[in-house]
Amino acid sequence: MIEAAQLSWSYGRAQVLRAVTLAAPHGRVLGLIGPNGSGKTTLLRLLYGALSSPTGSVTVDGERLAALPPREAARRLAVVVQETGGESSMTVAEMVLLGRGPHLSTFQRTRPEDHAIAARALDRVGATHLAARSFAGLSGGERQRVLIARALTQRSTHLLLDEPTNHLDIRYQHEVLGLVADLAHDLHTTTVVVLHDLNLAARYCDDLVLLGDGGIAAAGTVDDVLVPEVLESVYGIGIERLETRGHLHLLFHPLARQEATT
Amino acid sequence: MASDTAVRPATGQPTPPDVLGLRASRRRTTLWLVGLTLGLVATVVVGVGVGAFSVPAGTVAQVIGHHLVGWPAERTWSAPADAIVWQVRLPRVVLGALVGAGLAICGVALQAMVRNVLADPYLLGVNSGASSGAAAAILFGVGVGYVEYALQATAFLGALAASLLVFLVARSAGRVTSIRLLLAGVAVGYALYALTSFLIFASGSAEGARSVMFWLLGSLALAQWNVPLAIVAVVVVGAVVLLTAWGRRLDALSIGDETAHTLGVRPERFRLVLLVVVALCVGVVVSASGSIGFVGLVVPHLARRAVGGRHVRVVVVAAPMGAILLIWADVLARTLFAPQEIPIGIITSLVGAPFLLVLIRRLHATSA
Repeated sequence: MIEAAQLSWSYGRAQVLRAVTLAAPHGRVLGLIGPNGSGKTTLLRLLYGALSSPTGSVTVDGERLAALPPREAARRLAVVVQETGGESSMTVAEMVLLGRGPHLSTFQRTRPEDHAIAARALDRVGATHLAARSFAGLSGGERQRVLIARALTQRSTHLLLDEPTNHLDIRYQHEVLGLVADLAHDLHTTTVVVLHDLNLAARYCDDLVLLGDGGIAAAGTVDDVLVPEVLESVYGIGIERLETRGHLHLLFHPLARQEATT
Repeated sequence: MASDTAVRPATGQPTPPDVLGLRASRRRTTLWLVGLTLGLVATVVVGVGVGAFSVPAGTVAQVIGHHLVGWPAERTWSAPADAIVWQVRLPRVVLGALVGAGLAICGVALQAMVRNVLADPYLLGVNSGASSGAAAAILFGVGVGYVEYALQATAFLGALAASLLVFLVARSAGRVTSIRLLLAGVAVGYALYALTSFLIFASGSAEGARSVMFWLLGSLALAQWNVPLAIVAVVVVGAVVLLTAWGRRLDALSIGDETAHTLGVRPERFRLVLLVVVALCVGVVVSASGSIGFVGLVVPHLARRAVGGRHVRVVVVAAPMGAILLIWADVLARTLFAPQEIPIGIITSLVGAPFLLVLIRRLHATSA
């Protein structure tokens, strides 16, 4: 459970977030959505402590994140960031094993149980066959899955992901998010994921926080948030909502053209 | 391939043997370490034996054994051979090994820290600071007569002052970023180079200028069994231990600040600690040997090619690689134009520059 109260952040004079309050419960996927520059990534970075808000606080299972020692924080929160480390000459297995770092003391080597955890994580993302390959030689989609495996290797109860579907083709977008949703539901992981694509958010998230204009424009279940009137005012685009086969879909129309035809 | 396994829940089956391919890379590292250790021993023996007065390898081993462990107890070799091996060449070879190892591991740390494969230990302006200090001692006798080893002492003070200056310039709002560090290092380096040149010009002493020049290009000629050598040994060995212990942190930092943070490493704090360790180590090394170029740039690449990207391995392998490289460079420096000795920096640059060109071509090829 991650709870954030009254978070704010500004880059120089530009205030990106003002008094944002949200809660991400166990076993559910919380999606952060919003237009470019609405502060999705900034909010995520505040949630995992890479930025510390001058106001308010973040708590993880009731404990203040800022008060946790760095390694303890890394044992509770695993994060998949956008930075990939594509220049590294490590192998995939070595990259994934870095996720065990927060569990090992400075002079301790990785143990057989660490290797087993890493192997299971690679299996879970379908990347076992890549283990001995060089990380730098992977495609964008393969890298993304390996980074998720590294996060799983941290064995934390909270998983945060910053646009994990970037660089992925449609099939892997669905696979990666399907995996993330499964983990949240099977292992009761608290999951917060920044997403651009509203249809992916509709399909794989349980709850959504829609950011716009420096604050939360809407929050609640997917059904509550993905309402055309709300989205249209935030994104400035015409939106139509359809439900097929029990799933919610959004269609987008540029506003100017819509106005011209009506 | 991946689609059906990706969503399958973890089954808890026992891991098949070496599914991660870790054993092969561990074996590779062990082989390299064994090879490098043997290579280092051979290099020391040859490095001590070769010179104007050449001493056979067997005698070298006996002299070293006699002095170190008292075996063989009986001297069967001449007094000059004993003096040349023990008093002249061994300290020099030992200093060379320490300097090479120190520069190599500091190069590894800096390349990880700024995530730039062209970073080298002199990035922090340490060498230019040391040069200014040494020039002040050689040309104007600064510190001479007040402290023992005035040259090394003033060089070290210069190195510390330079790295402190680089820190201060690169620091903004309590943070040191890679790009600011690179730029600050270049700026301070140029400023101190100008200062050194001005000192040479102002002294008007041709002989002094020559000494400074020799020192600028690096030399192991100051090596003796003395306090500076002991300090270099303690600092370099300490740096190897620290950087090995920090292997996983270096791995995380080399990927990026954000990744480091999520793996429990505070990037800003760790970078500051690393900077202090590197500045001290390079400062001590440069004060003892002048600025010997390219070793700290080239060896990290060789080490990564040999054992891959994990820094614990890269550091452990880079140290003997740097040592071997520098001892051989010194052998060449002593023997190529014997009895004239040429600055060792000329040799390392001659070997290093083509390597750098190859590296640049390869970088260009991968980014294109």
